[in-house]
Amino acid sequence: MASTEEDGSVEEKENNNKKRTKSAIAVAWLTFYNIAMTAGWLVLAMAMIRFYIQRGTHKGLYKSIARTLKFFQTIALLEVVHCAIGIVRTSVIVTGVQVCSRIFMVWFITNSIKQIQNEESVILFLVVWTVTEITRYSFYTFNLLNHLPYFIKWARYNMFIIMYPLGVVGELMTIYAALPYVRKTGMLSMRLPNKYNVSFDYYYFLIIVMLSYIPLFPQLYFHMLRQRRKVLLGEIIVEKDE
Amino acid sequence: MDTVVFKGTTAKESLLAPPPILPPPVKRPKAKKTKKAVVFFEVEILDAKTKDKLCFLDKVEPNATIGEIKSMFHKSHPQWYPARQSIRLDPKGKSLKDEDVLQHLPVGTTATFYFRDLGAQISWVTVFLTEYAGPLLLYLMFYFRVPFIYAPKYDFTTSKHWVVHLACMCHSFHYLKRLLETLFVHRFSHGTMPLRNIFKNCTYYWGFAAWMAYYINHPLYTPPTIYGEQQVRMALVLFLFCQIGNFSIHIALRNLRPPGSKTRKIPYPTKNPFTWIFLLVSCPNYTYELGSWLGFTLMTQCLPVAFFTAVGFIQMTVWAKGKHRSYLKEFRDYPPLRSPILPFIL
Repeated sequence: MASTEEDGSVEEKENNNKKRTKSAIAVAWLTFYNIAMTAGWLVLAMAMIRFYIQRGTHKGLYKSIARTLKFFQTIALLEVVHCAIGIVRTSVIVTGVQVCSRIFMVWFITNSIKQIQNEESVILFLVVWTVTEITRYSFYTFNLLNHLPYFIKWARYNMFIIMYPLGVVGELMTIYAALPYVRKTGMLSMRLPNKYNVSFDYYYFLIIVMLSYIPLFPQLYFHMLRQRRKVLLGEIIVEKDE
Repeated sequence: MDTVVFKGTTAKESLLAPPPILPPPVKRPKAKKTKKAVVFFEVEILDAKTKDKLCFLDKVEPNATIGEIKSMFHKSHPQWYPARQSIRLDPKGKSLKDEDVLQHLPVGTTATFYFRDLGAQISWVTVFLTEYAGPLLLYLMFYFRVPFIYAPKYDFTTSKHWVVHLACMCHSFHYLKRLLETLFVHRFSHGTMPLRNIFKNCTYYWGFAAWMAYYINHPLYTPPTIYGEQQVRMALVLFLFCQIGNFSIHIALRNLRPPGSKTRKIPYPTKNPFTWIFLLVSCPNYTYELGSWLGFTLMTQCLPVAFFTAVGFIQMTVWAKGKHRSYLKEFRDYPPLRSPILPFIL
């Protein structure tokens, strides 16, 4: 699923008096990281566009960008570490779930099941991810440099309205397309009897994953909508506490 | 001016009987009633978020407790029974205790309190009984191979492995013990918890119990292979040892607290050797619980059981660290050698 969480910089924009005690090293590292990630996803975007212009088809596109995609998407695990050590003020769990879902899509679905790599749904979520990540990382970069152009802020808090649902559609369709091949090969599955007395059926696991989008997606989507109202429209929202 | 009152005499009677001879009226002090000048408090209760005035109580006794004020508030707002009220001095502050007395709080004669709705509440005992009854019954359903779980040819059959019977006895004993402790041993600090907890807790306990029971009682179950019978025997010893230990700690903790009270004291080792672990650990009940489930894992050699043990250990460590921290905060003389859950390690 597309990443949603803003870092503490957004809250700083809202409460100008909140002092951020971040070390210079942390700021420098995060700036470097976000610039690098923006560049990485831009490279991906350009590679995808160039492939399509040169070949006129999407078949083989995934294969051509697979290495770059795997690299930059896996590096995103660092964002969980950033939250864990506190230099980014976001929940570790939320970031963890988002990064893991991306890693899952890349490594456990698209990379492992070659037969679905030319599906249109793969291109769909790749495009969505690329647009979203370029926007997100440049937003963080400009925030850290304290020079946020309004159009980046606008993009970050408006594009998701369409990107999010489109991304979900692309991901779900890809998983669905992968199901028959999972069933046939029995990949990542374990049957009884075995000495650990456990069994795991990747096929049913994938079905459960697909079903879990139903409760999870609306929560993330409405969270982003609320953030948007707060940041772009300046609404004061009294959060319903537990 | 004092007036002497003839009690029980009417005008008619006083004409018939000679009037009693009374001493001349002496100015003596007023008959002492126990009523001295009482300053009543006024209490206003505001919503902590919206600051709306929800309730105004006048003529509140200075020695009224927060608990009594909650009851009064409940009368004007019947949907907020006392258990779901959080009354505090500051909108973002800590909740006041039911036992706190009004006049001992840092308030003027017009006290302002802030109210937060804790949401629907359910008693701890109810939650515990429900969350433990589930695993007890569910496991037995798998053990007896009730229909629709395994293939029909296995319905109501029993496993040929003796370790499966042993595991059923241990698991059932464990949850029976927990149920009985809930009813007869534990003295809870809090009466209630949020209602949604029962769904969360039951999902956890019932879900894991079903997952473990499915594999242990499966027709294709493989008994421990690494060290075979020796492994099962040692695992049983570990399990029983830790069950007794866990029970001993529960009894020791219960005896720290007089019935009906919510006092907190530092637990110390007693004559029971199983409590000597208090020398090294703040929450030995969790230590023993971990030991029991490690025993059960080794006994059954079942990965889902290992998972359950791991998740439980993580949760208990979080709880133990919190408890340890609050012991340190509350007691200056808290023994420094103790660790939260694992001696010297964690």
